[in-house]
Amino acid sequence: MEKFTTLTSRAIPLAIENVDTDQIIPARFLKATDKQGFGDNVFRDWRFHKNGDINSDFSLNNPKYSGSILVAGDNFGCGSSREHAAWALVGYGFKVIVSSFFADIFKGNALNNGLLPVQVSEGFLKLLLKTVEAQPETNLEVNLENQTISISNSDISESFEIDPYKKTCMINGYDDIDYLLSKKEHIEAFEMSR
Amino acid sequence: MGKTLFDKVWDAHVVDSVQNGPQILYIDKHLIHEVTSPQAFNELEARGIPIFRPNQIVATADHNTPTLNQDLPIKDALSRKQLEQLSKNCTKNGITLYELGHKYNGIVHVMAPELGITQPGMTMVCGDSHTSTHGAFGTIAFGIGTSQVAQVFASQCLLLTKPKSLRVTVNGNLKNGVLPKDVILYIISKLGTNSGTGYFCEYAGDVFENMSMEGRMTVCNMSIEMGARGGMIAPDETTFEYVKDREFAPKGEAFDKKVAYWKTLPTDADAVFDKEYVFDAEDIEPMVTYGTNPGMGIKISETIPVDDNASFKKSLEYMNFEAGESLINKPINYVFIGSCTNSRIEDFRVAASFIKGKQKADNVTAWLVPGSKQVEAQIIEEGLKAIFEDAGFELRQPGCSACLAMNDDKIPQGEYCVSTSNRNFEGRQGQGSRTILASPLVAAATAVAGKIVDVTKDIETLETVSH
Repeated sequence: MEKFTTLTSRAIPLAIENVDTDQIIPARFLKATDKQGFGDNVFRDWRFHKNGDINSDFSLNNPKYSGSILVAGDNFGCGSSREHAAWALVGYGFKVIVSSFFADIFKGNALNNGLLPVQVSEGFLKLLLKTVEAQPETNLEVNLENQTISISNSDISESFEIDPYKKTCMINGYDDIDYLLSKKEHIEAFEMSR
Repeated sequence: MGKTLFDKVWDAHVVDSVQNGPQILYIDKHLIHEVTSPQAFNELEARGIPIFRPNQIVATADHNTPTLNQDLPIKDALSRKQLEQLSKNCTKNGITLYELGHKYNGIVHVMAPELGITQPGMTMVCGDSHTSTHGAFGTIAFGIGTSQVAQVFASQCLLLTKPKSLRVTVNGNLKNGVLPKDVILYIISKLGTNSGTGYFCEYAGDVFENMSMEGRMTVCNMSIEMGARGGMIAPDETTFEYVKDREFAPKGEAFDKKVAYWKTLPTDADAVFDKEYVFDAEDIEPMVTYGTNPGMGIKISETIPVDDNASFKKSLEYMNFEAGESLINKPINYVFIGSCTNSRIEDFRVAASFIKGKQKADNVTAWLVPGSKQVEAQIIEEGLKAIFEDAGFELRQPGCSACLAMNDDKIPQGEYCVSTSNRNFEGRQGQGSRTILASPLVAAATAVAGKIVDVTKDIETLETVSH
């Protein structure tokens, strides 16, 4: 897994609530047996019309927005457990997703793929969306060590929560398999004790 | 302080704790299917890690499978490849697979309970969010991502932070024609799609105590639609009776010993939950959804609410519905009875009891898709297939079918589908399709009328429909 420490980037707004993982990557694209190529189809049915034409109204297609931070509405990533959603977002180039609330399974999947979910207050989310929409050239700064997200060249900042164990994993690029394998004796002892 | 059902099962499976971090939770049963497992097998292979406990894994093919002509090769090359990959991975690693055509094949959440793989007090996972279904047995069961599938492959464990506890109690008697699907759609409509996030839910009260195992599975199945990783119902005589004598259930003395343990699992009277909701069964009516998430549901007799929220408006625009309008008399061309929510024998009994002696409306394409080969056989054995065929319905072969637009069964652009599945997300049943979630009874009534009808008005017919 790629390490994550800090990121300064412009952001793309997605002011929609309850974005489900079917929207992030529709089921018809889940037939691959590896993790590559999902980025091409991220938000497929919002980025493209059914006839294949680009939907220029959609923020990811708007040339004024760019960057590796997605600022999304409340309850991002609800629905299906498909990790393909995290692979698609990472494949497209996102490194951070900001929202006022994340669905549980998505959040875990993101963390397991080096994609940082940053949960902010509703007020801060509104402010970020407003700022990015009005001034797309604005940079956001995410500092995992200090657990802060700020608007560059301003004193506007908020801190965010992250499980200390997952934080260590993200900063060092560790994954859970390494840790679990180091506990194999404990696991075998547990099995024997039942 | 007393313990909850969830606490008891969780605590019995904690191997160790990370300092200031998550716990290592032992997983009894790991269910896998073709879509979310291949990358996990690849990961282990690339890292040279063997599968730790292949005997505790059971595989089925369900998401990609066609529901017609299952004896023929699968037409879609990518689907075929994914299913072949599953077979290869299972053979190579000594994992039991109920592939297409096997007498135990079926949707993962229908197959495992009916084979007695699912038992009270267990921990179960699957790379599928509707794994919450198995909580109906008093099991901690939840969906996981593919990285976690790989973790369980490698260690039969997961690193998890214990979720908070939530209890939803529904007391009283359900009205005629109100099915378990209506109960859970009602709960989600009241609580919203993220009220359960970070929580594990227990369903309690008369309504769940009096419910069949099939009904309990329908309810627990949709726990994830309010954000809860899982939902549980305390095991009782109904549970024990269901599990008894099933293929992989313990037998004889071993079963009695298990029952004695299972009886200790229900939540203690003095246990405290982090969050509690209480509803009255009398307030619940047959439900339908009108929007693009499962929380956007109303009683069939109600009108769509008015809301200024931009996401709410976007949702109605997608559905081509107006705020304030009723769904009664909306013409419907597609009806789907199936999915891991409502494809068990009881669901087809309800549909058949309504359909018997009536005819499917000419404008309706109806897909009746059993959840497993065993359910399919039972439908035939009980004479339900004949009832469906007499009424102009076709019974298809088992699989996830039109629930998720991954196989051939897709709803066309712009069409409405009254569906017994679990998600009405945009495009969930096919690009541009519009899903209205409902019970098997409402779906059957829609198929007969060719439009949405208020089943509560049809009391005479409903008398034969039990919950």
